[in-house]
Amino acid sequence: MTWIQAEIQLIAVVVAAACALPGVFLVLRRMALMSDAISHSILLGIVLAFFIVENLSSPLLIVGAALTGLLTVWLVELTHRTRLVREDAAIGLVFPALFSIGVILIARYAGSVHLDIDAVLLGELAFAPFQRVMIGGRDFGPQALWVMSAILVLNVLFITMFYKELKLTTFDAALAASLGISPALVHYGFMALVSITAVGAFDAVGSILVIALMIAPPAAAYLLTDRLSSMIGLSAAIGAGSALAGYWLAHLLDASIAGSMATMAGVAFGIAFLFSPERGVVALARRRASQRLEFAQRMLVIHLLNHEGSAEAAEENRVGHLHRHLRWSPAFAQRIVRIAERRELVRCEEAEALELTNRGRELAQLALTR
Amino acid sequence: MSLSIALRDLLLDPTLRTVSLGSAALGVVSGGLGAFAVLRKQSLLGDAISHAALPGIALAFLLTGSKDPLVLVLGAAAAGWLGTLLVMAIVRQTRIKEDTALGLVLSVFFGVGLMLLTFLQHRPDAAQAGLDRFLFGQAATMLQRDVAIIVWLGVGAYAVALFFWKEIKLLAFDPEFGASLGIPMRAVDVVLTSVLVIAVVVGLQTVGVVLMAAMIVAPGAAARQWTDRLGVMVVLSGAFGATAGVAGAVLSATGANLPTGPMIVLCLTAIAIASLTLAPNRGLVWAWVRQRRSRRQLRVEATLLDLYAMAAQHEDPGHAHSSRALAALGRGDVPRTLEQLAARGHTRHLGADQWALTQEGRAEARRLLDEQRVGGGGDDA
Repeated sequence: MTWIQAEIQLIAVVVAAACALPGVFLVLRRMALMSDAISHSILLGIVLAFFIVENLSSPLLIVGAALTGLLTVWLVELTHRTRLVREDAAIGLVFPALFSIGVILIARYAGSVHLDIDAVLLGELAFAPFQRVMIGGRDFGPQALWVMSAILVLNVLFITMFYKELKLTTFDAALAASLGISPALVHYGFMALVSITAVGAFDAVGSILVIALMIAPPAAAYLLTDRLSSMIGLSAAIGAGSALAGYWLAHLLDASIAGSMATMAGVAFGIAFLFSPERGVVALARRRASQRLEFAQRMLVIHLLNHEGSAEAAEENRVGHLHRHLRWSPAFAQRIVRIAERRELVRCEEAEALELTNRGRELAQLALTR
Repeated sequence: MSLSIALRDLLLDPTLRTVSLGSAALGVVSGGLGAFAVLRKQSLLGDAISHAALPGIALAFLLTGSKDPLVLVLGAAAAGWLGTLLVMAIVRQTRIKEDTALGLVLSVFFGVGLMLLTFLQHRPDAAQAGLDRFLFGQAATMLQRDVAIIVWLGVGAYAVALFFWKEIKLLAFDPEFGASLGIPMRAVDVVLTSVLVIAVVVGLQTVGVVLMAAMIVAPGAAARQWTDRLGVMVVLSGAFGATAGVAGAVLSATGANLPTGPMIVLCLTAIAIASLTLAPNRGLVWAWVRQRRSRRQLRVEATLLDLYAMAAQHEDPGHAHSSRALAALGRGDVPRTLEQLAARGHTRHLGADQWALTQEGRAEARRLLDEQRVGGGGDDA
């Protein structure tokens, strides 16, 4: 592994962690698609700021773009507040318009603007280490690393300082308001944070994949834990892991690093979706299957108890009869009887006649009284 | 090139004619069918589908080696469809909400597509599928064959939508009722989603991945303001889409370096803003006028009642009062309100800022007091 490769991976990890932190609250506050809107419309802010400072690495670019992000949030709310369109439609109206203006400005002044829309949309992490911070002739490492580390620190500071406020406004906005926390203030502060993060990260991974890094790791973490603090930690870890795995996938395929990082973030979500111990699809299916078996056992013992000692017991309490009485398939009835025998709930005497054991009788009585 | 020359070329120049025709067809397809998405609160599903289509384009090219637009569009449709089904599955199976599921599928599919496309670009055979073309769209290079694909896929999608019209209507407005009628609403959902997928992928080559969201949302959101009827809304939405398509194509032909896709989107935005402000009944201007009118009505009634109450303290029910005495009660612009009352024949101006209630004014005041009493206002009885 060369030095440059190490630097790229370090930047990737920092970007992924910085994106995952605000992403947690985007997912929980059901505002995931605001990241979509913001990350697209910051193009306009970048172009406008570029016209003023004519320098792609100026911090003013970040300020301008972050302001456009807030403008997007405000315009979406303004449109939504008219009550003429729903919020999703408002998002769909606002960001394409701002993005279009940005694209037109770039196309129109293409001669004077050395801004590559591809780079804005897709980013190119492989080139990030070539822009370095030089002070007095000394090399202080890649600029992107500094910028993203600063943004990561900012995110950590914001979330730790306003943890209580964020948590309350996210889960119980009414309570937050009654405690004197302004949901609007927290909202705009948080949106500013999202905008700044999106602007910082677009340079490395492009504006569309910022969305992947903001949403996929928190969505995966959301399926793995119920605690906000562990969800934040898990998100950052999943993001960083996806960044590293994505880097090596890109290396293997000679493909876009950002695209591979997003792919791996998606894979991480897919694993959580399928195999999360509590909420995964597999766990759910298994739980459902075992509940079905458990329920069938109870049906069986109740049925046997019901006819126990009665005249028709010899007729009713036979394995061959179960499928007709309980509407089970013969195979399923056989299986349930076998399991019940193994658990010593029933005994199978000659001629398929079933008899309850003491344990089976207890279970049936318990199931009936509860 | 000026606007008039561009308009002349619309008739004469075959390239511009093709581009305009294609943009118009696209507007009809994505606008009209997008109306359903807007009604179903799935406005951004179009955005997700368009992004999710990217890996389909890459895979179609990888598997067939063909750059035939029909092959690529079908690949895009397959991936977009898969993405939408995934969104539905995630929302149904987990506690993750729709916005997160949409954003997740949108961005991850796009990432996979980007990875595949860059992988293709670096391969020795090096025939690229034209990433830029799908990212931003290239309406200017539209050929007649492209237009034909838009038209035929659009006709197919509309035919399906018309065939299932009643079911789709139920799905949009009252899915529970539909389910109680025994209609498999989930299957209808899949059908409508497939129609939407077609509406999205036909536009990818023209306006690009990012801006397709506007092609789906803006015409529907605009049309919604003008009508409450689904059929009218779909037709209007398609018409808005077509208008913006032609306008965008012509405008982008007037000047150098005005890309068509963004111009179409800006035209759509203008239509949407105009609809939100001007549409009768729902529009903001109308709401504002209505609010002003009702505020004035309230002020007029309040002043009338004030005058009535003040006069009631004198022997003479027509006793005159000055506007200053009324203004002391704080009802805003009293002199103007008194003029308005006079115009209705409820007050009389007795000169030197003295105003008195007329016979009609007293009757009106009594009527209002009765109304308030019946209306349940207890404290003024």
